[in-house]
Amino acid sequence: MAQMTMIQAITDALRTELRNDPKTLVFGEDVGVNGGVFRATEGLHKEFGEDRVFDTPLAESGIGGLSIGLALTGFRPIPEIQFFGFVFEVMDSIAGQMSRARYRSGGRYNMPITVRSPFGGGVHTPELHSDSLEGLMAQTPGLKVVVPSTPYDAKGLLLSAIRDNDPVIFLEHLKLYRAFRQEVPEEEYTIPLGKADVKREGTDLSIITYGAMVHESLKAAEELEKEGHSVEVIDLRTISPLDIDTIIASVEKTGRAMVVQEAQKQAGVAANVVAEINDRAILSLEAPVLRVAAADTVYPFSQAESVWLPNYKDVIETAKKVLTF
Amino acid sequence: MASNTKKAQKFDAKKSLETVEEQFQTLQILNEEGEVVNEAAMPELSDEQLQELMRRMVYTRILDQRSISLNRQGRLGFYAPTAGQEASQLASQFALEKEDFILPGYRDVPQLIWHGLPLYQAFLFSRGHFQGNQIPEGVNVISPQIIIGAQYVQAAGVALGMKKNGSKSVAITYTGDGGASQGDFYEGINFAGAFKAPAIFIVQNNRFAISTPVEKQSAAKTVAQKAVAAGIPGIQVDGMDPLAVYAAVREARERAVNGEGPTLIETLTYRYGPHTMAGDDPTRYRTSELDNEWEKKDPLVRFRKFLENKGLWNEEKENEVIEKAKEEIKEAIKKADAAPKQKVTDLMSIMFEEMPQNLKEQYEIYKAKESK
Repeated sequence: MAQMTMIQAITDALRTELRNDPKTLVFGEDVGVNGGVFRATEGLHKEFGEDRVFDTPLAESGIGGLSIGLALTGFRPIPEIQFFGFVFEVMDSIAGQMSRARYRSGGRYNMPITVRSPFGGGVHTPELHSDSLEGLMAQTPGLKVVVPSTPYDAKGLLLSAIRDNDPVIFLEHLKLYRAFRQEVPEEEYTIPLGKADVKREGTDLSIITYGAMVHESLKAAEELEKEGHSVEVIDLRTISPLDIDTIIASVEKTGRAMVVQEAQKQAGVAANVVAEINDRAILSLEAPVLRVAAADTVYPFSQAESVWLPNYKDVIETAKKVLTF
Repeated sequence: MASNTKKAQKFDAKKSLETVEEQFQTLQILNEEGEVVNEAAMPELSDEQLQELMRRMVYTRILDQRSISLNRQGRLGFYAPTAGQEASQLASQFALEKEDFILPGYRDVPQLIWHGLPLYQAFLFSRGHFQGNQIPEGVNVISPQIIIGAQYVQAAGVALGMKKNGSKSVAITYTGDGGASQGDFYEGINFAGAFKAPAIFIVQNNRFAISTPVEKQSAAKTVAQKAVAAGIPGIQVDGMDPLAVYAAVREARERAVNGEGPTLIETLTYRYGPHTMAGDDPTRYRTSELDNEWEKKDPLVRFRKFLENKGLWNEEKENEVIEKAKEEIKEAIKKADAAPKQKVTDLMSIMFEEMPQNLKEQYEIYKAKESK
């Protein structure tokens, strides 16, 4: 076992699969010699050479189309979109093309593509570098959308994503890249896509969340514990498809639930989770299922982001409303 | 009969490319020693104008140095260094008129400042404060684009708008060698060409898109030749030579306002510093030999020599500019410091003309948070 940050765990997963599968290719802007702007591909160009790990011209749409073409010729592409705010440039390739390939071809073609991309706020970036746009992906049928919250999960989920025969959008929260280290096995292991993880067990309230908000929720749960509330925290890990079974089992146990997301509130992943709970477990509920989310503005100019982003205090405030309803 | 038939000529697709490539030679007026090597291309500039251009280049070099150190002290936020690109940035802006509209990339803040954006607002932009983007009335610019190349298509739109309005002005936009790979780049030059819109497309080829060398961006030997496919004029200029840059832009502007359509201008230049101040390390992808080679081409050095030889510049003049720049930067930082703290509620109020219900509700929540 080694102590790794999330970014190291991601590099480790990429290296593992580049060694395992000669059909895997890592490419994107600055991922070659430079090792990626966050160093996610550090050392990979050197170890695997220009054929397997390479810089592309600067064009996100080109990177998306190239991935589709390489998938059609038998490769397993792992493109990087340098920041997920740039996804709009490649939206057609992702949401209009690779997500539909299996359906469109009557099952003849599949797209074993893993699009990796950093996202998420709190590190004072310029515009379009911090946006949480996972809702756009989750709303697109034909895509799997994965958001790891720990180094251990990142490695196991990324290996599953690469081996998956359908397109996976793998979103890496910027703030978690180097936030903490964790024991990560050096050998390979996988964590199944579509499976949530109970990060903390509890009996009074279920908090369903993902990404950086897992840590805000865990912090809130610790505080609430001091006041005698036993809070369960579920890390979705995959936001599409949702792990309905884990969510519903938890809600049936606690009778109270809330959903926490960093993204804006409108039409988001949290709203979908609330609807699923209402559809399936309304009779188990002692209180309405509330949400913690950011305001429905554009991701703010960085001077205002610390107030805009949801944090553990917001989680506690909403948790108390649900607990005392 | 067969012997009389002319043998069919073998088709040579490669030939057309070679013909194109031969045509794109670099325009230079001032060499590295500050000597005029192309008298015929010399733009018409008065002594005062030449001095003013030098003044701006010196000022902007100081602004770059100060911005880097302010960033390191945590007193500025996002910053993309500009040293090395002064001729490319400032001489192109110098060729414009006030009514011309600039659509910049994120390294192109100096052009905005010389086109009228107050310096303290440039600092607020860097700090992530929305007032940095509130362009004053009468300053014909839009705030720097973050998505590479997106401004190119918009420039075609601004230019078409000007044409429809019958105004004798141009839209000018900037991207880099990486930006010339984006779909938006091709769409922009093609649209402007198709509509014969008065646009000037500048590609500041500083050889590296973050780490990726220009040789990896395209098989095309020059960016300028991409103009051929759009059916518009293209020219490559020495981007370290302020007179060549000025001459090319001025000529493109004249043609644009005369209804002759857009031009693509590639300026060969170099950024001495990192991509941005957010952790980029150029030693990972550039050699010090290449850095040295380009620093010898420095635009300030050659323009200073040129002006000194004409008796138009000296150390005293240079020091005056440096002192003035430092003083004004200090004042602008003070003014930026005095800007009100950025609030989420302010941002809510600029989302729509009228606040919808969800925002109204959230406004109250954030107002309470912000008053704590």
